Amino acid sequence: MKVKYFAWVRERVGKAEETIEPPATVRTVEELIAWLSGQGETYAYAFERPKVIRTAIDHAHVKADAAIAGAREIAFFPPMTGG
Amino acid sequence: MNCPVAIRIQEDDFDIAREIAVLTRSRTDIGAVVSFSGICRADDDSSKIAALTLEHYPGMAEEEITRHVDEAISRWPLNGVTVIHRVGRFMPGQNIVLVLTASQHRRAAFEAAEFLMDYLKTSAPFWKKEESAAGTGWVEAHARDDEAAARWTKS
Repeated sequence: MKVKYFAWVRERVGKAEETIEPPATVRTVEELIAWLSGQGETYAYAFERPKVIRTAIDHAHVKADAAIAGAREIAFFPPMTGG
Repeated sequence: MNCPVAIRIQEDDFDIAREIAVLTRSRTDIGAVVSFSGICRADDDSSKIAALTLEHYPGMAEEEITRHVDEAISRWPLNGVTVIHRVGRFMPGQNIVLVLTASQHRRAAFEAAEFLMDYLKTSAPFWKKEESAAGTGWVEAHARDDEAAARWTKS
């Protein structure tokens, strides 16, 4: 699946997007964040406060317990500050 | 009800008078237009802001704004909505966002504009980065903005 990062999550991870293949045991957003945190120092830093991270699946906001099955694009970002 | 919607995310500036003219052109059913513009300001609490950079999530930003405009249209009798959000780097005094709501009467236009701005701030995927003498950093979300958006869900 394709993953995108925005704002300080993007800066900390060090890239704007990538394609990942998490194991089948990773079923929810929460589990995906935990798995990503174990992919290296930059990921651990980006996801050090998982409760602060917001997630969208295929352009729609989702909660941490949302299932990731069938997702084409998952995005991680900080709380929004537009307007 | 005839309610044209224009949603744009752009780097270019907007002209408020021109946008209102476009919204009301050859219409005789509109009795009220409310305009909200968000402008880059220099003072944020103690530090002087030198510039602001707006980042967005292309695709989702337009869809998220569309969802809230659709909800506004279902809640208030609107005759037209325009939302323009700029992205890029801005200096104090420059325009960032424009919301126009048109209706037969003022109350619907006022309320819908406020509703749209509250949701733009908390739910549309845009992020601000500030440059000041103290350095550069991402703007923190405010609990007061979440509270402002939450009041629209109360019965």
